[in-house]
Amino acid sequence: MTDRDVTSAEPVLAIRDLSVGLRARSGVTELIRGVSLDIRPGERVGLVGESGSGKSLTMLAVMGLLASPVAVTGGSVTLGGTQLVGASDRTLRALRGSEIAMVYQDPMTSLDPLQRVGEQIAEGLRAHGVSRHEASERTVAALAEVQLPDPARLARSYPHELSGGMRQRVMIAAALAGNPRLLLADEPTTALDVTIQRQILSLVARIQRARNLAVLWVTHDLGVAAQFVQRLAVMYAGRVVEVGPTTAIFSDPQHPYTAALLDAVPSTTGERAALGQIPGSPPEPGSFPAGCSFASRCRQALPRCTRAEPILEQRPSGVEAACFVPPAEWRA
Amino acid sequence: MSSPAAPVLAASDLVKIYPPASRAGRPSTALAGVSLDLAEGTCLGVVGESGCGKSTLARLLVGLERPTAGTVLLQGQTVTSFRRPELARRLQLVSQDPFSSLNPRLTVSSALTEVLLVHHRVDGKKQAAARVADLLEMVSLGPQFASRLPHEMSGGQAQRVAIARALAAEPQILVLDEPTSALDVSVRAGIVNLLAGLRTDLALSYLFISHDMAVIRQLSDQIGVMYAGRFVERGPWQSVMSEPLHPYTRALLQAVPEPHPDGSLLGGPEGSAEESTEGTLEPGESPAAASAQTGCKYAPRCPIRIDRCLTEEPPLEIVTGAHEAACYRAGVPVEPGDVPAEAGGVGERA
Amino acid sequence: MAQLAAAEPVAVIRPVASRRSLAARLWRQPSGRAGLIILAVMVLAGLASLAGLVPDNPDAQNPAATLRGPSAAHLFGTDQYGRDVLSRVMAGTVLSLQTALLAVAICAVLGTVGGVAAGYFGGVISSVVTSIADLIFAIPSILLALAIVTGLGDGWQNTAIAVGVSYTPIFIRVVRGPVLAIRNADYVKAAQVLGFSRMRILFRHVLPGVGGILAVQVTLALGWAVLIEASLDFLGLGPPPPAATLGLMVSDGTNIAGIAWWNLAFPAIAVVLLVLGFTLTGDGLRDALDPSTANN
Repeated sequence: MTDRDVTSAEPVLAIRDLSVGLRARSGVTELIRGVSLDIRPGERVGLVGESGSGKSLTMLAVMGLLASPVAVTGGSVTLGGTQLVGASDRTLRALRGSEIAMVYQDPMTSLDPLQRVGEQIAEGLRAHGVSRHEASERTVAALAEVQLPDPARLARSYPHELSGGMRQRVMIAAALAGNPRLLLADEPTTALDVTIQRQILSLVARIQRARNLAVLWVTHDLGVAAQFVQRLAVMYAGRVVEVGPTTAIFSDPQHPYTAALLDAVPSTTGERAALGQIPGSPPEPGSFPAGCSFASRCRQALPRCTRAEPILEQRPSGVEAACFVPPAEWRA
Repeated sequence: MSSPAAPVLAASDLVKIYPPASRAGRPSTALAGVSLDLAEGTCLGVVGESGCGKSTLARLLVGLERPTAGTVLLQGQTVTSFRRPELARRLQLVSQDPFSSLNPRLTVSSALTEVLLVHHRVDGKKQAAARVADLLEMVSLGPQFASRLPHEMSGGQAQRVAIARALAAEPQILVLDEPTSALDVSVRAGIVNLLAGLRTDLALSYLFISHDMAVIRQLSDQIGVMYAGRFVERGPWQSVMSEPLHPYTRALLQAVPEPHPDGSLLGGPEGSAEESTEGTLEPGESPAAASAQTGCKYAPRCPIRIDRCLTEEPPLEIVTGAHEAACYRAGVPVEPGDVPAEAGGVGERA
Repeated sequence: MAQLAAAEPVAVIRPVASRRSLAARLWRQPSGRAGLIILAVMVLAGLASLAGLVPDNPDAQNPAATLRGPSAAHLFGTDQYGRDVLSRVMAGTVLSLQTALLAVAICAVLGTVGGVAAGYFGGVISSVVTSIADLIFAIPSILLALAIVTGLGDGWQNTAIAVGVSYTPIFIRVVRGPVLAIRNADYVKAAQVLGFSRMRILFRHVLPGVGGILAVQVTLALGWAVLIEASLDFLGLGPPPPAATLGLMVSDGTNIAGIAWWNLAFPAIAVVLLVLGFTLTGDGLRDALDPSTANN
C-alpha cells in the first residue's frame, strides 16, 4: 500500500487510505477513494492527473481545507506524528504556515489586493507568535531567497504592481517564511509563461534542496512532472493507479492509463506522429463504475476488470500499479 | 510546399496600438509591424508567451478589430473590402474556451443550423439536419449530440462542436487561437489529431496560435515565434525546432519541460547557471514598456547582446533557406559564461 | 471514430434542470409558489368582479346599512354610504391590476427599447438614453405623477402613464447592464466572426439572455406600480369618488378607522396582498432563473 523506499527516514506526510466524499441528502458521492502516499524529508513527490481525478481535492484534504458538503470520509493523514483528519481548527491553524505551507495556482486570488505583499507575509508570521521585528526581517529574507530584486522595497508593493511570475515568487516566499517542513503546491506554474515556469521550478528545486524540504507538487503537466519530481503518483477517477520513481514510470509505465497519457503528450523533439488518444472520457464522481474505473476505456480489459477493483501492487521496475493485466499484454 | 502560388492569407506590416487604459497611462503597442504569408493548404504555427500579441493578431486577421496600420489580404483582396458574411464564408475562428464561444442557450443543432442557413450552405431545414449530422461525424461526435446544450458536454466535446460550427460555414482558412489550451492532456491529443485530419481531408489552411511549443510543432508546416508584437523568427518547423536562430526561441525551447526525465532539475549541484538572477522584466509581459525602448525588444534579457542591439532594431531577414530571424547574431550559440540573462535560461543548445 | 463519442457517458453532475419549464422551476421555489398562489386569489377576485359575480353592486348605496361590521350579508362590512366593502375591494383590485398592467407595459416597452439601444449600440445613443433616464430618475415619482395627472386629468389611464414614466429609468438601467455584458461575451464575438448581421445577433443572441432579467423586473415593477398607484389614489390624485380604488378606500377608511376598522383594514390588506404577490413571484422568478439553483 505504501511506498517502500530505500531511505528509512520517517515520512513527513503519510496519507493512508484517504477517502473524500460529497455529503448530500441522497447519500455520499465518492470523490477520492483510498489514496495512500508517503512523502519523506527532502523528497519531491508529484501528483499527476487530469480534471476530475481528485488531485487538487487530495491537497485540500491534507490541509483540512475541504468545505462542507465535501469532507473526508475515511483514512488518515499524519504530519510527523500529528493526525490531521478530524483535527481541531486550532491545531490545523497552528500547523498551516509553520509546518505545512501551500502555494496555489492563482496568486492574484491568494494575495490580498489591498495589502502590501511584505505585510501579508509578516502578518502570517506574527500569527504564529513571531515578534514584529523578526517577522519583518524574515519577510525580507524570504523575498530575497526567491530572488526578487530589492526585497526591502518590493515588500512595500501591492500585488497588482507585480507581474504574474513575481507574484508567484511572493507566494513561495510567503510559504517558506514560516520554515515549513512540507510544501504543498497546486499547479502553481500552470498559468505562467513557460520561461517563467522554468525559473520558478529551478528556484523551488534549489530552495528545496537547501532546506531539505518535503514537497508535494500537483500538476497536470507531464513535462513538469518529468523534470521536477523524483517520485510520481498518477491519479484517475479518485484513485492512485500508479506510483513510483519518475524515471521508472516514464520509461516503463505499468498502468494502461499512464501509458496512454504518456502517448498523448506531444514533445518538442523526436518523431512527429499522431498523438495517442484515449477513447471515451473519465467517469464522473457519483458514477464510478464497478471494478476498475479505466476498464471501459482500456483496450486490454478483461472480464475480471469490471468485476473487481485492482489494488496497487509492486512491480519489478520499482513502481506500484493497480492493474490485473500484465503490461506485456497491452503494450502494442 | 514551395509552391509560388499567391498566399491564401497575407498580412503586411500590421500595427495595432491601443489607447491608454487610463488618463495617466501610455498607449500600448500590441503589434509593432507584423507581416506573414499563409500558403494554401499549410499550417502556420504562431507561438509566443503572454503579451506577445498573438491574440491581437488573431483578432485582426478575422476582422474583429481593425489594424492601426497595415493590411490583411485574403486571397489577394483586403479583408476590409469583404462584407461580413462573405468573409465568414472564407475565414473562420476557433477560440480557446468553447463554453464561452458557444451560445449557452442554443443546442448544437440550432447553432450549426443557423450557420448553415445564414450562409446558404443548405436549402431548407431538412437538408440542414442531414448536414448537421455530417458535421458532427466530421468531428467524431455521435448524432445524439445534436440536441445537447453546451453545459451538457465536456470541454473536449464542446470544442469539437465549436470546430464543427466553424466548418459549417465551409471556410478555406481557419484561425485557431489556443484551441487546446483549456483542455486536459488526453482530450487535447484528440483535438490535435482531429485538426490534423481535417486539414488534409478538407484541404484547409490553418493559422494556429498557441503558447505551447509542443502542440505547435505537432501541427505546423511553418513556425513563427512572436515577441513583443513582432515575429522574431520564422521558418520550416524542422529548422525552427532543431536549429533555432534567435536567442528567444532557444530560451523558449530550453524552457519547455520535456516529458522525458533527464535529471536536470532533480538532485545534483547544478541549477545556478540556469537560473535568472532577478525576476523584473518578464518576456512579453509589458510590450508597452518594451515598445518604448529603441533597438531589439529582447535585448535587455539577451545573453548574447551587443551594443548595436540596444540602438537599432534588427529586421526579420532570411538567414538560411526559408528560415528567417530578427537578430544580428542569429545562430550564434549561447555559452554558459555569456552576459547574464535576466530570464529564460542560458541554454546548452549549440 | 464515431465510436469515441458513443462511449462517453452523459455528464451526470451537470444540471439537467434547465430543461424543465420556467413555470415548473418557479413553482419549486417557495417564494414563487407563495407569490403565485396569492396572485391567483387576487386575480380571481378581480375577474369575478369584472364578470359581475359580486355580492352587491359596488356603487349601490344603502343609507339604511351604513358602517355595519362584517356579517353574513356583508363579509367585509359596509362603508359610510352603506356600500358593500367586499364588492368595492374586488372592484378596486381590478382597477389596481389594470392600472399596474398598463403602467408596466409603458415602462417595460420604453425601458427595454432604451436599455437595449444604450447597451447594444453604445456611444452617443447610450449617452442620450442614460441622460434621459437620469433626468426622469432625479424627479421624485410622486411629484412626477402629480405633474402628469394635473396636466392630463384624473382618469386611471393617466395614473398609469404617470407610474409608467417614472419607472422607465429603472428598466433602462436593468436592461442595459446585461445587454452590455452579453454584447461583449465571446459567443457574441463568435457570432460576428460567423458573419451574422447585427440584427440577428441582437435578437437571437443578445436579447434571449436578457429575457429572464426582464421577466423578473416586470413582475417586481407590477408590485411597485400597485403601491404607487394606491398612494396616488390615497393622495387624491387618481380617479375621484365614487370610483372604487383601493387607495381612496384606505384614505377614507383612515378617517373612520376608530369606529369602523373594516373600512381601512380590508382595502389595505388587498393592497398588501397584491404587492406581496408580485414581489414574491418576482423573487421566485429570479431564483428560478439563477443557474446555481438549477442543481437541486
